[in-house]
Amino acid sequence: MYFQSLAEFWAMGGYALFVWLSFGTTYALLAALIGYSHYQQRQFKQQLAKRLAREQRVKQYQEQSS
Amino acid sequence: MFKWLHPLAKPETVYHLCGKLYPWLMFAAIALLALGNIWGLAFTPPDYQQGDSYRIIHIHVPSAIMSMGTYSAMAIAAFVALVWQVKVAQWSVLAIAPIGAVYTAIALITGMAWGKPMWGTWWVWDARLTSELILLFLYLGVIALSGAFSDRQTGAKAASLLAIVGVINLPIIHFSVEWWNTLHQGASITKFAKPSIDPSMLWPLLISILAFKVLMLALTCLRLRTAILVNEQHRPWVKALAGER
Repeated sequence: MYFQSLAEFWAMGGYALFVWLSFGTTYALLAALIGYSHYQQRQFKQQLAKRLAREQRVKQYQEQSS
Repeated sequence: MFKWLHPLAKPETVYHLCGKLYPWLMFAAIALLALGNIWGLAFTPPDYQQGDSYRIIHIHVPSAIMSMGTYSAMAIAAFVALVWQVKVAQWSVLAIAPIGAVYTAIALITGMAWGKPMWGTWWVWDARLTSELILLFLYLGVIALSGAFSDRQTGAKAASLLAIVGVINLPIIHFSVEWWNTLHQGASITKFAKPSIDPSMLWPLLISILAFKVLMLALTCLRLRTAILVNEQHRPWVKALAGER
């Protein structure tokens, strides 16, 4: 480790604002992209399951009534 | 010779392949990013001129390089989609675009946060910065254009065409620091010579670049799987798959 203490590490030689702004924004954006991509997939799978279940019900109903 | 290539045109094969690859790629990406960034933040010496502010390089350079690498990948997919009419390639264009947009935004934001302490300004309309901003607009244009048509296929085709035309911006970004007078420094590692950066700083940087590349692949796998499901939702294999759960 090139820093003497943790406090010195956080201070980043006086550039704390810029360094942590950069790293913070990067991780936030990447996490948002990963999270959103997972959400989209889950959302669509649920939607698909619902649609298929409805089709199944319609089919069953038609078979019963005929 | 290219026999292994043919199954990759079949959506079902790609869906299962991506599903197998995704967890490994994502794990590798996070591990590499943690290694590269912690090494770069805490275990490298400060720069003799820029002090500790230079540590922004460990995300600025990887995201900037991969913002262009991702664009090349997207343009190649677009080319394959338009020339050989490969559907999976068509869908991957739209799966990749948001990844590239986020990488470009990261490159711009970290560049601004680095520019403020070193150049004394958040933004200048200089060649490198402007051409990178145009890259962001190209990504956003591809995303917007694909959604601007009521027919999904037409939209995807128009977006692919824009992606291919936009390739002209890549050499402009790369050589902007040589062709014009600019505040931005020249290339340190992407050149045909010995990198002008000390090995102690180069290694964590290379690891972070690899991390961004692997993360791009992982996210492409994840997003392409969703795209395949959406586009193939009326096919029997998707129905069978959904029935299993």
